[in-house]
Amino acid sequence: MTLVGIQTPAPVPTADAAVAAAAGRPEPQRRRRRVQPTTWAGLAFAAPLLVYLVVFYAYPLYENVSMSLHRYTRATYVTGEAPFVGLDIYREVIGSSQFWTIVWQTTVFVVASLLFQYSFGLGLAVFFRRAFPLSAVLRGLFLVPWLLPIIVSATTWQWMMDADSGIINRFLGVFGIDPVWWLSADHSLTAVIIANIWLGIPFNLVILYSGLQNIPTEMYEAASLDGAGAWRQFWSITFPLLKPVSAITLLLGFVYTLKVVDIIWIMTQGTGKSQTLATWAYAMAFGKGTSATIKYSEASAVGSILLLVALVMGIVYLVVQRRQED
Amino acid sequence: MDRVQRSWWKTTIGVVLTAIMLFPVYWMVNVSLTSRGSIRDGDLWPKDFTLDHYRVVLGDQLPYLGTSLLVGLGTVALTLVVSAPAGYALSRLLKPGRRVLSFVLIVAQMIPAVVMALGFYQIYSDLGILDTVPGLILADSTIAVPFAVMLFSAFMAGIPRELLQAAQIDGASFWRTFRSVVLPVSRNSAVTVALFAFLWAWSDFLFASTLNRGGGNLRPITMGIYDYIGSQNQEWGPMMATAVLASVPTAILLVVAQRYVAAGVTAGAVKD
Repeated sequence: MTLVGIQTPAPVPTADAAVAAAAGRPEPQRRRRRVQPTTWAGLAFAAPLLVYLVVFYAYPLYENVSMSLHRYTRATYVTGEAPFVGLDIYREVIGSSQFWTIVWQTTVFVVASLLFQYSFGLGLAVFFRRAFPLSAVLRGLFLVPWLLPIIVSATTWQWMMDADSGIINRFLGVFGIDPVWWLSADHSLTAVIIANIWLGIPFNLVILYSGLQNIPTEMYEAASLDGAGAWRQFWSITFPLLKPVSAITLLLGFVYTLKVVDIIWIMTQGTGKSQTLATWAYAMAFGKGTSATIKYSEASAVGSILLLVALVMGIVYLVVQRRQED
Repeated sequence: MDRVQRSWWKTTIGVVLTAIMLFPVYWMVNVSLTSRGSIRDGDLWPKDFTLDHYRVVLGDQLPYLGTSLLVGLGTVALTLVVSAPAGYALSRLLKPGRRVLSFVLIVAQMIPAVVMALGFYQIYSDLGILDTVPGLILADSTIAVPFAVMLFSAFMAGIPRELLQAAQIDGASFWRTFRSVVLPVSRNSAVTVALFAFLWAWSDFLFASTLNRGGGNLRPITMGIYDYIGSQNQEWGPMMATAVLASVPTAILLVVAQRYVAAGVTAGAVKD
């Protein structure tokens, strides 16, 4: 959830302006000499970031992958012994009885979250498209779930979904519906999906709303002169023209949803059906377990699988974005 | 006339939708103000009003709030120091490396935090800096740095060329240009970066719960709340009161600093 702010600046095409600026307009005979100093200065200014990326990204990732290729146990931290086992741990993880169940649960979690976040976000974006009294304030308030610390949201949902005294069961009781044990066994997946949809709506609203602002109003005016109603306008103008923005929104949503740990862990600790690949990795390494249940290498293997998916998605994102720029 | 009426209808619907969306937040405040015996009654407003939970929390949680503040400020400082020069380099100076570096930053944002936590855990336990505040600051900054670099470089690319040229004609070095022209002009971006870096560090649960589990009082407020969940008898009143206090930065961001957030975000969209 936290990284959600990125895409606002990210897709901005800055290259032309920057290239022109870097080239500058020096006197002819000095032009050749000036290219080099600029690049050198660029490297110097980027140096802290480059060092940072190596030390705080590359190195931890290397450690993670290395851990998945060696057999780490709790004892490793005492004895320092961790024999190299190649891909054995991947084979064990993928072959284990839980793996495909968890992959399925992860799929349900991601797909259901995305579907509803996107639909609600789009509906709200269309609703807010034209300004009305208080619309800016209300739109601002819609950001709250996005900006709140997840532990705050998660504990609040946990209490609201309490089986005996939770407000949700009380509300359902008004309609004669029996109390639901939201946070246990069969319903835990639904419970975390509901909370995660709530968390994701603001992100979808913001991105889709800014996308809508780029559709010329004249198109809607022309359409309504031709007698097209709101429904028709949505399907003939809004939805098709929003496709590029929708693609980026869903793509980023996919990546962010796949790596969600905190909301699930805090609400259910991954019990019942709410275990996903990310929480599984977390539970194996950091769960409240004994040495029998703590499995660093297996956790790293699952983590590396997630990492691979993230890399692939990064490439897809770049391809989609570049195609949109053309 | 008809138009005015229609827009007020929209406002009414908008208020209702916002109320539904923010109900959990209201519920948190409601529970935090209800005394212990009545919490399970689920009253729609704090009928049995009390401030006791806040009294308890201010006694118990102050060290955690202090740690969170420290971690947040440390993360802001580190993020700014690393990302502002890099944004300048990426937007103005580096031509060949720009695309590669942008790709690296996009992917960096997509890496699951749990993977990073696993790597950091291993490294930190080797170095013996598990359960320390600097360790947590370093880890938390990884959430903000890629975003910060991209925000800075998007903004700095829009600085009028003439401004930088004027500095160079006056004989200013790159460093001097950066310090005296680029940085002052980019103030709004810096505020935006600082706000988000602080908020993300403040909100972080994953790194805190893995790299700083045994830190005692040197743990952030998110762990203070988490302690309530772990305890046998869950105390919902103090827990919700702590949650309300932990939400204060969010509220400040929305009320006081919203124009900076908007400035930073729209700045990226303005081309020169």
